Amino acid sequence: MTEKGTFTVKSGLAEMLKGGVIMDVTDAEQAKIAEEAGAVSVMALERVPADIRADGGVARMSDPSMIKKIIDTVSIPVMAKARIGHFVEAQIIEALGVDYIDESEVLTPADPWHHIDKWQFKTPFVCGARNLGEACRRMQEGAAMIRTKGEAGTGDVIEAVRHMRIINKEVRQVQAMPEDELFNYAKDIQVSMDVLRLVREQGRLPVVNFAAGGLASPADAALMMQLGCDGVFVGSGIFKSSNPEQRAKAIVQAVTYFDNPKKLAEISEGLGEPMSGIAVHSLAEEELLQTR
Amino acid sequence: MKIGVLGLQGDFREHIQVLKKLDVDAVDVRLPEDLEGTSGLVIPGGESTTLRKLLRFSELDQEIIARAKQGFALFGTCAGMILLSNQIKNDDKTDPLQLIDITVSRNAYGRQIDSFETSIKIKDIGDFHAIFIRAPQIVSLGECVEALSKHNGVTILARQNNIMVGSFHPEINGDVRLHQYFVEKMCIQSQPVATG
Repeated sequence: MTEKGTFTVKSGLAEMLKGGVIMDVTDAEQAKIAEEAGAVSVMALERVPADIRADGGVARMSDPSMIKKIIDTVSIPVMAKARIGHFVEAQIIEALGVDYIDESEVLTPADPWHHIDKWQFKTPFVCGARNLGEACRRMQEGAAMIRTKGEAGTGDVIEAVRHMRIINKEVRQVQAMPEDELFNYAKDIQVSMDVLRLVREQGRLPVVNFAAGGLASPADAALMMQLGCDGVFVGSGIFKSSNPEQRAKAIVQAVTYFDNPKKLAEISEGLGEPMSGIAVHSLAEEELLQTR
Repeated sequence: MKIGVLGLQGDFREHIQVLKKLDVDAVDVRLPEDLEGTSGLVIPGGESTTLRKLLRFSELDQEIIARAKQGFALFGTCAGMILLSNQIKNDDKTDPLQLIDITVSRNAYGRQIDSFETSIKIKDIGDFHAIFIRAPQIVSLGECVEALSKHNGVTILARQNNIMVGSFHPEINGDVRLHQYFVEKMCIQSQPVATG
């Protein structure tokens, strides 16, 4: 029997993206540059997070015509963002033939309580997480891939590191927990025993986990890989830098040779100015995207 | 026996896990010197455009071509099949390694929403559960290439002497039989070649 849209097929595409870089692009021209640099996928969106942050106001899904143009331009998978809880934006994105939907805190949330019921879709979803509980809740809602939230549009990697460190620590705690303690822990973090048992068995998140939010250099990408991420998203970090082509290529190479400092030194040479960025500690609480 | 899995990008860890179940010393290959002492190489699924660039950057492309011409065993799945083919019908920017006489078409079954899993039959192995993810198709194959499995009339697994390619992912659900075929029927015959 032939079946489409199964969880195996959804998580399978994420498996194929591992060891790769997913780049934010705002038009066909940037998409071409990203593909040429070796991106495994592009995220089609109207404004990179740094501009969304600067512009303020309500950030919604991108214009379908812009997403379609990018789909027609590149041969690699195309992702697009829907607002948290906005299942109609997700339906529209699915109808466009997008390969992965990012239910993203970078856009303005559309539902004060709920995330999208991702089991209703044949197109797979990636969701952001700051800790094990968030990651498991998104998986229970049907996410086939997780990414750290980090703090998008800052060029400051500290929050992505924080989120990955927290997830790693919580996974280790779960691994050491006997069954009776696991019951309480499941209640505390509001997740099912089934998903926690999978975490305990595998010693990691049961789906592919990428780093995202504030990565701006090959060294940032390699740092997240050494912390155990399966690959990286780079948003504003590429097209807000002085030499996007070269920086994009270098980040792709850095993800492959993340554990080889000699190669990383070669790769990091002469890339021009990175995005200038905003230190996360200078942001007010209400300016953070990760708490959405 | 030591067998390499190209570890530049893609789901190489799943291939390594399957090979380890067969008691093979499976190693991640990211530099030409990593191929030393190996009797074969698996090229995994991933993005063929990305993998091609990293093959050039690492200089592994020339090393793989040189070894293949001396009988070194290769098994390419999905993106790996695209990279080993003679020609890619719908991508003129990616130059394949041209090691097996087939022409392929990328993303031939459609976008992710058309990705699927199904049951197939493989020659000498039997029933097999196959997972196709944005999969490529073999659109034509030369006389020296043997079709080992077909789905809806299209060849999805093929072999030409020391090289085997498949459209689908045998590594995802942990079935070892196709890897076992590669190790036992193809890798043993090829002796390790010195890096040159």
